[in-house]
Amino acid sequence: MNIIVCIKQVPETTEVRINPETNTLIREGVKSIINPFDMYAIEEGVRLKERFGGKVVVVTMGPPQAEAALREAISLGADEGILISDRAFAGGDTWATSNTLSHAVIKIRKELGGFDLVLCGKQASDGDTAQVGPGISAFLDIPQVTYVKKIEEIKDNKIRLERMSEEGFDVIETPAPCLLTVVKEINEPRIPSLKAMIRAKAAKITVWSAKDIEVDAKDVGLSGSRTTVVKIFTPPQRTGGQKLTGEIPEIAEKLAGLLKSEITG
Amino acid sequence: MGIQIINDKCVGCSLCLKTCPFGAITVKDKKAIIDLHKCNLCGACLPSCKFKAILLEKPQDQAEKKDFSAYKGVWVFVEQKKGRVQSVSYELVGKARELADKLKTYVGAVLIGNNLAMEAQSLICSGADTVYLAEAPELANFLDEPYTNVLVSLIRKYKPEIVLSGATIIGRSLIARVAVKIDAGLTADCTGLDIEDERKILLQTRPAFGGNIMATIISPNYRPQMATVRHKVFLQPELDKSRKGKIIKESFPINEMASRTTLIEVVEEVENLVNLAEADIIVSGGRAMGGPENFKMLHDLAEVLGGAVGSSRAAVDSGWIPYSHQVGQTGRTVSPKIYIACGISGQIQHLVGMQSSKIIVAINKDPDAPIFKVATYGIVGDIFEIVPALTKKFREVLGK
Repeated sequence: MNIIVCIKQVPETTEVRINPETNTLIREGVKSIINPFDMYAIEEGVRLKERFGGKVVVVTMGPPQAEAALREAISLGADEGILISDRAFAGGDTWATSNTLSHAVIKIRKELGGFDLVLCGKQASDGDTAQVGPGISAFLDIPQVTYVKKIEEIKDNKIRLERMSEEGFDVIETPAPCLLTVVKEINEPRIPSLKAMIRAKAAKITVWSAKDIEVDAKDVGLSGSRTTVVKIFTPPQRTGGQKLTGEIPEIAEKLAGLLKSEITG
Repeated sequence: MGIQIINDKCVGCSLCLKTCPFGAITVKDKKAIIDLHKCNLCGACLPSCKFKAILLEKPQDQAEKKDFSAYKGVWVFVEQKKGRVQSVSYELVGKARELADKLKTYVGAVLIGNNLAMEAQSLICSGADTVYLAEAPELANFLDEPYTNVLVSLIRKYKPEIVLSGATIIGRSLIARVAVKIDAGLTADCTGLDIEDERKILLQTRPAFGGNIMATIISPNYRPQMATVRHKVFLQPELDKSRKGKIIKESFPINEMASRTTLIEVVEEVENLVNLAEADIIVSGGRAMGGPENFKMLHDLAEVLGGAVGSSRAAVDSGWIPYSHQVGQTGRTVSPKIYIACGISGQIQHLVGMQSSKIIVAINKDPDAPIFKVATYGIVGDIFEIVPALTKKFREVLGK
């Protein structure tokens, strides 16, 4: 079973702080991590490989330093890391990014002689769009299932899985090859062993440019984007309100008074 | 294409440094330098430069003028489950009405499923002028491919200028696929939608980086302009029984309704009877709950208030409550009218999932807990004393 996992390097959100004087994000010294949802995609890919054999190839689009994310993925059990890096990719929206990644998947497919699964995290923690996964499968014209919380069974090239819904979950069957986006509930990612970390450090990371993946420069990055940002601003920060004090029955009385119209209205 | 500093004009005043959300600008030898690995080409620095020394070429500056006069109407993809239209779709029809009035055009609602005539009528009462009704047994339940094919072919046939959808599990899955198939721009999870007066284009505002900054996004060179919106961002319109509109029945060849994926079963979990995303009131518990048995206390309060129970990641990871209740970065994002945080300290990962709630009530022992920084009403004290007291009081006040 050949599995391609698409990941993204993101800033570790806990450390994102607003500079109160300038009202801008302080990004200096912020650690970069693998997008939390992608950790589940990597783990699921590795578990499937351990059960069915095959290869897990991890791919990311990003600046040269995104190589660190690929090494981490290798330490978690992936076989190969491919960095899609080109100045032309900068400023891409989800359309341009999906297009770029789908070209990378096509090149990987050629080299592997086919793939069974593309796995993505449900969404990235910095952009939060959840659009790139379905975008890639649309470009590749393969079936997709998003918000997958469990792979129940794989048999005769059919995958039976559970997709989260607002009310519970749906049981769905899809043929391979297909693209799945996964949620946190699907597994618990492993901690890499020391040996795996040493192996990852020495692993060769392949770097591909726009030319390598045969994508037209006008269809990637800012020029390929179907949307464009016209304004960025800092929202008014929510400030702490009123503290309710006194004996407990008194506090309950006050809060009931404050909320009643909101509840009944 | 790209960004550059015009060195002849730059005086090294450093004004642009503060405006960069990505910390990509530094000043060296009295000239600004942009680190292109960090720069996201967002253009936030441009207005700060008094010397016009920053040059940013954007695609819209180069694009040839396309004629979009054939594109008319503001559409909503209407989400139905078991034949019932979801509340977020009504909220979007209400917003679409407002946008359509500004554009002097019509509101179209696309309803896909089976046996939905009654629902089509209530969409008209909510503000739709035309309902495109695609009914077939094959379309009864959502599946990515047939729904994509139906929506794509309707968009190609009628050419709406704007298409909106709920940022639900179904909406996010479907619309991203549709946008690529029809080569359109799409903005996720908008919290504001408006029309720019001059060019009559859609202004789509959304939080970025966990709500720390807001971005306004446009798609001037592609049609339709597409956006998703979460539950409860816009108000549900009042039903006007006297409103009149058209229902156009659309049918599709069987091959367009074919799907490579098959829906085997729909499982509803009993504890999720109150949908967290649609709840007006959420009572949420964190680490201080101490154990699964104590969530009963939150269920009691939620029941009296007619709300749902949520939780922090800590409570889910401890195995006290299922993941489907988790609010925050790796869980759900909610914006109810009232969010009551019980024993939740307020880590940033939790705050990004609930800070757009209208009223936040925080109950915590620690007076310095970060949750109090976002709380509308803060109560310092023991949840095990305060929550039952609140339940008792609200039962009395609400006559339950």
